[in-house]
Amino acid sequence: MAGNYSAFRLLREGLRGHSGWQPAWRDSEPKDSYQVVIIGGGGHGLATAYYLARNHGIRRVAVLEKGWIGGGNTGRNTTAIRSNYFYPESVALYDFALRLYEGLSRELNYNVMFSQRGIVVVAHSEAEMEMAARVVNAMQINNTDAELLTREQVLEKVPLLNQGKDARFEIYGGIWQGRAGTARHDAVAWGYARAASALGVDIVQNCEVTGFLVENGRCVGVETSRGTIRAEVTGMAVAGHSGVLASMAGFRLPIRSFALQAMVSEPVKPCLDTVLLYMGTGTYLSQSDKGELVIGGGLDRVLSYGQRGNPPMQEQVISGLLEMVPAFGQLKLLRQWAGIVDVVPDSSPIIGPSPLPGLFMNGGWGTGGFKAIPAGGWLFAHLLATGEHHEISRPFDLERFRTGRLIDEAAGSAIPH
Amino acid sequence: MQCFTCPFCGPRDETEFFYGGEAGKERPEPSAEVTAERWAEWLYGETNSKGPSREIWLHLTCGEFFLMERHTVTHEVFATRATRGEEA
Repeated sequence: MAGNYSAFRLLREGLRGHSGWQPAWRDSEPKDSYQVVIIGGGGHGLATAYYLARNHGIRRVAVLEKGWIGGGNTGRNTTAIRSNYFYPESVALYDFALRLYEGLSRELNYNVMFSQRGIVVVAHSEAEMEMAARVVNAMQINNTDAELLTREQVLEKVPLLNQGKDARFEIYGGIWQGRAGTARHDAVAWGYARAASALGVDIVQNCEVTGFLVENGRCVGVETSRGTIRAEVTGMAVAGHSGVLASMAGFRLPIRSFALQAMVSEPVKPCLDTVLLYMGTGTYLSQSDKGELVIGGGLDRVLSYGQRGNPPMQEQVISGLLEMVPAFGQLKLLRQWAGIVDVVPDSSPIIGPSPLPGLFMNGGWGTGGFKAIPAGGWLFAHLLATGEHHEISRPFDLERFRTGRLIDEAAGSAIPH
Repeated sequence: MQCFTCPFCGPRDETEFFYGGEAGKERPEPSAEVTAERWAEWLYGETNSKGPSREIWLHLTCGEFFLMERHTVTHEVFATRATRGEEA
């Protein structure tokens, strides 16, 4: 296999004309059967495979990806990582992910370029500052870092903000989470793929699941475009396509699929060294290492499986951006795209057994799946390996829609979903 | 900007419309006899079709609900019609 990456290795390969690098992971042919089959080769699926091998010693694992790994939402998000949620269950989940991200480059021996540049959420009125204080208090009680910022502190962090008297959204103060940041999204997928592959996991690309094998009412594998593959346990981590797989398996989910779009500007010199979100506009942005502004906002309003954004939301996001930082009006947009996200009524994920025995699901991450990849993988691996919930994932079981014990982050946190 | 055709007002910008839910869902009655499972299924269960889809939409401007058949990948609209007096 590819061997360890290190400064010494880089130097050696540099002297040898970089002729010694091997592919980072094996592109496998599917076998007839596995202990665990994971549908979906995005961040969550690959992380699940890695933690199955690393934490549970289960190596007869296949990750089935209908396209190429990391080509769905893992490659389409805005790379922000944060844990500024309201409810204890959510903070436990997302802060677990954040803690894993903090050690991920070392853990995977792969630089995921996690940059803890912090996130500023700007509030615009006394009432919004009270909401901000409520979220900060909740985060501190739930043992993650959060501070309330004054107007001066916000402007110290982001001097470019619109401070004009005629600003539609006045800067009143904000929320700061210093451990938040961004990571290289492709590297997260590739890093997990490389580490999982090194532990014996098969990564099978261009392998689309077309149906489930069901015997005696139990899922015992999948039909794919590359043949039948049997599995003792099957897991799905397919984000916006959860509903499609659920239809194949014969059940319905509390999930609606929407396009969530993002865009980048042309690259400019460093001007923004944090992640920035306005409560008022719902637009958020950060600056990539290449200098591009990476810009995102809310969901498109029309349910969609088309991986492209509609102009109305694009216009709203950009007009929000220009309200926040009028100087960015001079920039050109370089690219615009969309991913299909699985939105749940309470804006919290679903991790747990599906209604079809033998099939488990990890989905419903909606607009925030990237930040949760290490935790989603860890917890889903625990579920697939033991058949039991990890204590962090238990509240996120599908059962909550029957019992009514929702974790309503849509209403709870000061973040648009 | 996509245009949807309100059966009452004609073609209008998509921003004037609001998604009301998938068509064909029937509220279980009487409530005293509805189990938690059935209620949850009615409240939250979604087919979330990839491809042709039958949906209830609201034209915010005129306040009328109507049925829209469209494709969730291509966004092509096949038909819109009033639900009044018809099965949704």
